Amino acid sequence: MARIEMNQIAHSYMEKPQGSDDYALKRIHHTWEDGGAYALLGPSGCGKTTMLNIISGLLRPSEGRILYDGKDVTDLPPERRNIAQVFQFPVLYDTMSVFNNLAFPLRNRKVDETEVKRRVHEVADILDLTPYLKKKAAGLTADAKQKISLGRGLVRSDVAAILFDEPLTVIDPHLKWQLRRKLKDVHEQLRLTLIYVTHDQIEALTFADQVIVMYEGEIVQAGTPQELFETPKHKFVGYFIGSPGMNFIPCTLSGNEARVNGFSIPLDQKTADAAASASGNLELGIRPMFLKVHGESVEGGIPVTVKLVQDQGSFKILTLQLENHTLQARLPEEHSLPGERAWVTFPADQTKLFADERLVG
Amino acid sequence: MNRNHVKTGLLILYFILLMLPIYWMLNMSLRTNADILGGFALYPKHPTLENYIKILTEPAWYSGYINSMIYVSMNTAISLLTALPAAYAFSRYRFIGDKHVFFWLLTNRMAPAAVFLLPFFQLYSTFNLIDTHIAVALAHCLFNVPLAVWILEGFMSGIPREIDETAYLDGYTFPRFFITIFIPLIRAGVGVTAFFCFMFSWVELLFARTLTTTEAKPIAATMTRTVSASGLDWGLLAAAGILTIVPGALVIWFVRNHLAKGFALGRV
Amino acid sequence: MNKWEDNKAWFLVLPVFIVVAFSAIIPLMTVVNYSVQDIFGPGQRYFVGVEWFKEVLNDSRLHDALWRQFLFSGLVLLIEMPLGIGIALLMPKKGWGVSASLVTIALPLLIPWNVIGTIWIIFTRPDIGLFGAAINSAGIAFDHTASPLHAWITLMFMEVWHWTPLVALLAYAGLMAIPEAYYQAARIDGASAWATFRYIQLPKMRGVLTIALLLRFMDSFLIYAEPFVLTGGGPGNSTTFLSIYLVKVAVGQFDLGPAAAFSLIYFLIVLLFSWLFYQALQNVGKGEER
Repeated sequence: MARIEMNQIAHSYMEKPQGSDDYALKRIHHTWEDGGAYALLGPSGCGKTTMLNIISGLLRPSEGRILYDGKDVTDLPPERRNIAQVFQFPVLYDTMSVFNNLAFPLRNRKVDETEVKRRVHEVADILDLTPYLKKKAAGLTADAKQKISLGRGLVRSDVAAILFDEPLTVIDPHLKWQLRRKLKDVHEQLRLTLIYVTHDQIEALTFADQVIVMYEGEIVQAGTPQELFETPKHKFVGYFIGSPGMNFIPCTLSGNEARVNGFSIPLDQKTADAAASASGNLELGIRPMFLKVHGESVEGGIPVTVKLVQDQGSFKILTLQLENHTLQARLPEEHSLPGERAWVTFPADQTKLFADERLVG
Repeated sequence: MNRNHVKTGLLILYFILLMLPIYWMLNMSLRTNADILGGFALYPKHPTLENYIKILTEPAWYSGYINSMIYVSMNTAISLLTALPAAYAFSRYRFIGDKHVFFWLLTNRMAPAAVFLLPFFQLYSTFNLIDTHIAVALAHCLFNVPLAVWILEGFMSGIPREIDETAYLDGYTFPRFFITIFIPLIRAGVGVTAFFCFMFSWVELLFARTLTTTEAKPIAATMTRTVSASGLDWGLLAAAGILTIVPGALVIWFVRNHLAKGFALGRV
Repeated sequence: MNKWEDNKAWFLVLPVFIVVAFSAIIPLMTVVNYSVQDIFGPGQRYFVGVEWFKEVLNDSRLHDALWRQFLFSGLVLLIEMPLGIGIALLMPKKGWGVSASLVTIALPLLIPWNVIGTIWIIFTRPDIGLFGAAINSAGIAFDHTASPLHAWITLMFMEVWHWTPLVALLAYAGLMAIPEAYYQAARIDGASAWATFRYIQLPKMRGVLTIALLLRFMDSFLIYAEPFVLTGGGPGNSTTFLSIYLVKVAVGQFDLGPAAAFSLIYFLIVLLFSWLFYQALQNVGKGEER
C-alpha cells in the first residue's frame, strides 16, 4: 500500500513532440492518497489508459517523475513496482488451473510454496473462487475470469495499488453490479489504493470516493461526486457528468447581471466580481434540474418555446428554445407542464459563469 | 535493451545464412563456365553478363519464362474467380454437405502429385490439352483452389454479417453487393490469396513438366537443357536459376503491405 | 456466428466443385481403375482384383522407401518446428523491419522446387560450392554423391533452409495475433521470458502451429523435385523417397497397375496421418478448455 505521487508528468508517443497537441498527457501533477478509491473518468482517447500505464510502469513518461511513498520509481519496470493491473479483456494463462493462475505472480517472485498456498486460498475465499481452484481457467465465464485477474493482484501482500482499465466492458450487465460490489467489499476489507478507469459516469460515481475527470490529456477536475455535480470546474465536466448535461449559453457581463440576447440574468455577487476580472469568451452554465420553468409570465422570466417533452419516468425533460439557443430543463414528475410558451428563471446561486471553458470564481 | 540487440543480431545472422546459397548462385551466374571451373572465388573477379544475355536473347530460353508467367497468371485468376463465391458461401451459409465438401477440398492438398501424374496426362490427352497453358493452370487448381477457399473463408468470416444484411435491405443484388462492397472490404485477403496461388503455381514443376512438351514448357524444365557435350554449363544454369527468383521477389515486394496486414489480423 | 441456412449457396460453390472435380475425381477414378487391372496396351486389359495391392505391400524396396520417408519427415518436423518458432520470436513486431523481414524470409518459398535443388548442387559441390569447399578445407572429405550420410545431411540442410521460413511465417502470424494486454499482464506478474513463452505465446500459437505441422508433414512426406534434382535418389537408393520411387515405378518401368495401387496406399497414408495429427492436437485443445 502506498501513496502515489505524479510529479509534473507528461507523455508523448512521438519521439520528438512539437506542440502540446503531440502530447497524450500534458503536465499532470496529482497525488493518489494511500487507501483511496479513485475513479478516472473521461471520454475515449483522453489519456486515461496512458496515465494508468505510466503508474504501473508499462510506459515510461517522456517527462516528470513518479514516486511511491516518496521513493522515485520512474525508471523501475512494472515487476519491481509491486503494482497490479486488471485489463479491459480478461487476461488469463489459459493452460493453467485457476490455482496456478493465482499462484503465478508469487511463484515468479520465488515465494515459499506453503505461503503461496495460504495466500491463494485466502484470496480465492474473498473472491468466491474456491470451488473453481482445480479447474482450467480457460473454460470459465467472463466475470470469473476478471475475478481471477483481480485475484492475481490481491495475492501479493505487498501490492502498492490495483489499477483497473475499464474492467467491466465484457461483463453481462446484470453481473456488473455484483462485481462492482465485490470490488467495494475488497476495498473496505483490505484498504488498498484502487484506481479505476472508466468512461461510464455511473460506474465512476458509485465506485469512487474521489473522481478524477480527464479531458484531452489533462486533469480538468478532481473531487467527490457531489463537487463534480454542483461546481464543475470545466465546461467539459458540466457537460459530461449529469444526465442530461449542463446547459451553456454565450453571454456578456453587465454589472452583476449576465446578458443573453438582451435579457438580463442576475448573478450572485461573488460570481459577478470574479467574472469582472476574467477574460475570454463568457458562457453561462446551469444544470437542467436547477432551471425554473413557469407556465405564465413571471418577473424576470425569459420567454421560451417548448419544443419537446420527454417522459423519463420519475422526471420529465423539456427541450426549450430561447431564440437561437436550446436549453434543457429537468422537471420532477409532479410538476405541472407548461403549454407551448413558457418562461424560465435562473436561480442566482446555481448559475455559473465560464470563461474560455473554465469556471469563473 | 541488450536483449533486443542479441535478438536483432541472431535474426541478421539467420538472414545471412538464408541468403548465402542464393548469393552463391548469383556469384556463379556472373562468371563464365571456364572461369567457374578454373578456380574457386568468393566473388566474381571478372563479372560478366554473358550468361544473362544468352538467356534473354535465345527464344528457347526466354519463352520458358513467358510460358511460366502465362500459366501462373491463368491459374491465379481461375483460383480467385472460383474461390471468391465459394468462400462466401462457406463463411455465410449452412447447406447440405457443406462441411464434407470443405473437407474434401482440403484433402486434395494432401494428394501426392505423383499419384495424379499419369491420369492427368491421359485426361488432358483426351481433351487435346497437352502442351497448352490452360492444362497446367487447371492442374494447379487441384491444390490452389482449396487453399484459396480456405484463406478467403478466414478473411470473410472476420467481416460482420450486418454489412450484408444492410446492403440487401438497401436493395443491392448479390452480384452488385459482392463486387462493389464486399470484395473491397477484404482487399488484404484477396492480396494474400493471390500471393499464395502465385507462389505455389510458380514453384510447382512435376505437373508443369509432365503436361507440356515444347509450346508451354516452363522455365524450370528448360533448365535441364544446360547439359552439353562438355558437361554442365554452371554459369548458364545459375543465371537461369537467378532469373526464376526475380518474378517471385517482385510479387512479394508488391504485396508486402497486404501480407503484413494479413499477418496482423492473425490470418495467413 | 449463426449462419443462414440456404441450399442455394451450392450455386456459389459449384464453380469450385467443377474445377476441382475435373482435376481430382476423374484422375482418381482412373487410378482406381488401373489399380485393379493388368494393362498390356489399348484394349488389352484384364481384371486382377487386389493382386497389385498384394504385390505392392510385399515390395521390400517400397518398405525401405516408406521407413526412409518416415525418418525424413520426422527429422524435418523435429528440426523445423522449434527453429521456425525461434525465428518468429526474433522477428520485429513493428516498424520498417516487419516488411523487410517478411520479404527476406519468404524468398526461399518463391523459388521453383527444382531450382532449389540446383542452388544446393552448386552450393555443396566440393570443387565450386562454398559449403562443399568450406567443409573439405576443414579436412572432411565431403561428397554427397558418394556417401549416403553426406547425401542425407545435404538434403536436411536444403530442406531446413527451404521450409523453415514457412513455419516461421505461420508462427509469426500467431504471435502477432496475441493482444498486447497479455504481455503487459505478464510483466506485471513478474513472469520471466521463458514463462511468458511457455504460458502465453505457445498456447496462443496452437492454432497456427497445427496448420504448420500439417503442412510440413504433408509436403515433406510428398517431397519429390528437390531430392530428385540434388541426389536423384542416390547414392544407391539411400535417398529414394516414396514419390521418387513411385515415379520410377510408374514412368521408369511403366508398371501402371502396381503404380496405381501404390498411389492409393500412399494417399491413404498421408490422409491417415494428417487426420491423426489433427485429432491429437484438437484433443489437446479441448483438454485445456474444460
